[in-house]
Amino acid sequence: MHNNQFVIGVIVSNVSGVLSRVSGMFTRRGFNIDCLTVGETESSEFSRITVVFHGDDDIKHRIIKQLEKLHDVKEVEVLEPRETVIRELLLIKVRNTPSTRQDIMTAVEIFRSKIVDYSTTALVCELTGETSKIDAFVELMKPYGIMEMCRTGMVAIERGDTCLKTEK
Amino acid sequence: MKISGAKIVVETLIEQGCDTVFGYPGGQVINLFDELYINRNRINHILTAHEQGASHAADGYARATGKVGVCIATSGPGATNLVTGIATAFLDSVPMVAITGNVPCSLIGKDSFQEVDIVGVTMPVTKHNFIVKDIRELADTLRTAFKIAKSGRPGPVLVDVPKDVQTAVWDFEPKTEPVRPYPLNFASDSKLRLAAEMIKKAERPYIYFGGGIIMGKASQELLALAEKIDAPLGCSLMGLSALPTNHPRFLGMNGMHGHYASSVAQDESDLVICLGARFSDRATGDKKRFNKNFKIIHIDIDSAELDKNITSNLAIQGDIKDALFRLIPMLTETKRPEWDKRIEELREEEKRRIESAAAIAFEKRCDNCTHPCDKSGLASENHLSPYQIVDIISKNTSEDDIIVTDVGQHQMWVAQRYPFMKPRTFLTSGGLGTMGYGMGAAIGASSASRKRTVLFTGDGSFGMNLNELATAVSQNIPLVIVIMNNGVLGMVRQWQTLFFDKHYSNTTLNRKTDFVKLAEAFGAKGVRVFNSEELEKATAEAFACNSVYLIDCAVDCNEFVLPMLPPGGSIEDIITEIK
Repeated sequence: MHNNQFVIGVIVSNVSGVLSRVSGMFTRRGFNIDCLTVGETESSEFSRITVVFHGDDDIKHRIIKQLEKLHDVKEVEVLEPRETVIRELLLIKVRNTPSTRQDIMTAVEIFRSKIVDYSTTALVCELTGETSKIDAFVELMKPYGIMEMCRTGMVAIERGDTCLKTEK
Repeated sequence: MKISGAKIVVETLIEQGCDTVFGYPGGQVINLFDELYINRNRINHILTAHEQGASHAADGYARATGKVGVCIATSGPGATNLVTGIATAFLDSVPMVAITGNVPCSLIGKDSFQEVDIVGVTMPVTKHNFIVKDIRELADTLRTAFKIAKSGRPGPVLVDVPKDVQTAVWDFEPKTEPVRPYPLNFASDSKLRLAAEMIKKAERPYIYFGGGIIMGKASQELLALAEKIDAPLGCSLMGLSALPTNHPRFLGMNGMHGHYASSVAQDESDLVICLGARFSDRATGDKKRFNKNFKIIHIDIDSAELDKNITSNLAIQGDIKDALFRLIPMLTETKRPEWDKRIEELREEEKRRIESAAAIAFEKRCDNCTHPCDKSGLASENHLSPYQIVDIISKNTSEDDIIVTDVGQHQMWVAQRYPFMKPRTFLTSGGLGTMGYGMGAAIGASSASRKRTVLFTGDGSFGMNLNELATAVSQNIPLVIVIMNNGVLGMVRQWQTLFFDKHYSNTTLNRKTDFVKLAEAFGAKGVRVFNSEELEKATAEAFACNSVYLIDCAVDCNEFVLPMLPPGGSIEDIITEIK
């Protein structure tokens, strides 16, 4: 998490078009999204969107109020980093050569990453963690030759028994 | 009872209390129009000349009656033609339900004939929109659309109904009454008490109100507040008609083309109480300099408007009528003789400045000038001044007559000068500034109420949707169209005069249109007038004839809308005369 960065959890109706409504609002109002993820919740009626963006408190309030105006948005909450578990998933394909193999395996072990695909020319590693950990691992892999990579963006959930959930 | 989707649409409209809809048929709504035909004694469909006219008509109907306006169009071009009208309603918070047909579900996404993703297109300009792909959800979706449209801060909702959903058959149980809006938000007591404290401490309070007062039916409470704290009142364009214009406390619209006294009083106040308005850039000018002299209490039903454009000192979300009703008893009766005196001085100064500007305009009349409008064949030895036109018309209208405008100079002249007396008698496109709004809106307003309607328009705006003359004539509505014809696109020309070294790029119309013959060709009456006697006579005739009557008034192209706060400027930059 960088300074001025906020994470918001949003519960939305699980209907078609809801993602473009939410992301469209950001574009239309000139708010910049750092990352946005969306997925199922425990209820088939709702999806959960995690939005990360940067800005000042003013922008934060404006974004929340604009989100709350959308008919499909049921709950909006700013997730305080200290009270929240934040994770991201990385899949990264690195060049596999006899001379670098051992170094990569060591890094994978130290980072508690996992090798999920192995061929004589390439390795695919899986890593979950906070953004800073992912960033560090990617940085570490650069010299070995990153062939391609993808990250899911952040998902976040509050610690303890507080929930971001509509009363239903 | 199992009925078709098309019938469900019509039955749900009737159930929701809808008596009139505006629209245009087409391939993907032919089933729906069949049901409208069958039910023509239960629900009136008004055929416009163009779908844009239908959406403006639904808007005009809604603004004049306070009910939800409904328009219907076919897929593709029919649907996209509605968009300007929907956006107009969105920016001015007008409750509307737009129903569009679409190609059958199996053809969606295939670039089929007349297929457009209208839900995608209208997402940014609706409160919400739906595509109904399952007949079982059709009736409830329409009900929800009405509910959303009229709840809280009203706005347009679009429902897209593919053709196969219109032909499918499903159970329908009519409800006994229209849906109710979602429960209102009410202002918190603690915040109202804070507001009362701020008002008590203020020496020079100024009340600034917007269209929220009209929608919230809070005119009485607004006046009671002003009386109790002895404060002057100013408003946004959308606030006009909420109060009788001649009310002694009312200073008129403020902002870019607002009244001098109203704008200056706001700037000299130490507390602005903003009620149901949103501090649009046309009202504030430079936002950094706008509130350097005063504190702000902002009350609005839409929390997203609070601290959006201008950061207030106290922001209160809640229904305006309720908030004022509860706030007033918390206040003590106050008299502010010094502030009243200053307001009187400002009114005097305003009068002086208007006279001086009028004198300059008179000297610069087209008769003596070599501007291209001379060559249009329209300029003559006589011209009417814009205020003269408004005055002569308003002498003949009653306080129930509905006044509609298009967009441009004429709109501002009417906003500044017309003596509105009752809420919902002034219909204008404020937020979106839609030229061509007027004809459709006038048809919608007049056909709903059968009240006499006066459309003030310009030759530019009128040119945009004059095809709706056909609709007005076939509906035989009591509509007087007053064109302030200066042969130019006056508002842009005014900016070119002031800020672009008089480069009159594409604002000199040079058209040979004869509006009188045009009116006659459409089956209306028309007359061209050059001076006040002719206008008096034409007005009397127009008001007696009770059908569509067009009065084409010669106006000088050098008439300016004054005062003017230049865009991005502040009160120090106010222009009250142009030499």
